[in-house]
Amino acid sequence: MYAIITFFTGLLFGLGLAISEMTNPSVVIGFLDIFGNWNPSLIFVMGGAVVIGMIGYIIRNRRTQPWLADKWYVPTRRDIDKNLILGAALFGIGWGLSGYCPGPGLTALTNNPMEGVYFVGALIAGSALFHFQNHRNNG
Amino acid sequence: MDAFLMPLIGGLLIGLTTAAYLLLTGKVVGISGILAQALFSKDRFLPFLFVIGLIIGGSAYGILVEPSQPFPEMRSPLILIISGLLVGYGTRLGSGCTSGHGVCGISRLSPRSLIATAVFMSTAIITVLLTK
Repeated sequence: MYAIITFFTGLLFGLGLAISEMTNPSVVIGFLDIFGNWNPSLIFVMGGAVVIGMIGYIIRNRRTQPWLADKWYVPTRRDIDKNLILGAALFGIGWGLSGYCPGPGLTALTNNPMEGVYFVGALIAGSALFHFQNHRNNG
Repeated sequence: MDAFLMPLIGGLLIGLTTAAYLLLTGKVVGISGILAQALFSKDRFLPFLFVIGLIIGGSAYGILVEPSQPFPEMRSPLILIISGLLVGYGTRLGSGCTSGHGVCGISRLSPRSLIATAVFMSTAIITVLLTK
């Protein structure tokens, strides 16, 4: 059951990215190009997603636990630290360079494979670098 | 077709999906975190299934419908690699990406996510300004 839900969540999320054309880096770079030939259409993606997301959290706040799990796994940290700012800044530079954030980048493996293999290979390497660096510091 | 209708429908679908996943499983949808789990956690089966679903869903529609703008021609592998490294490392260091901070975090008005989204939107806009 969990496997089916997880798979379809990924599938529908990916479909949402594709319908809204977030999977197309030309559209994403047009959205980020606010001082040039700005294409504001992706505001509606985030707007639509956040409005429904907020309704989801309103329902969540009235329930003691999820339907299929015994507790909530929602992040609870509220502190603004250096890693949050630096990480977000680096991510934004990478996103602006290619127009790929992680979800659309993964879909590039099939949508635009010549680009996708380079981007996803480096995406995994970057994620792995953090993982092993962190692992060593903690161990 | 109204240029804003499809993005809105896509956004509503993303919102419905993340809200349903939250209410069913108690978890947020953060692609960078799910990818890291699929690669490095002990329980990688479910996150791996999610990634496979994402790739299928993100490709299926593109096969059926002509994009409003063409996909870019193959760009420099060096740019794509630098971009991938920054996105891969930055999203882990900053605990999230467009989905985890930008959608799920803003939906619950998390101060960390509001700040992170403002920062990555700003550096992305500056990067496009400098590279175009």
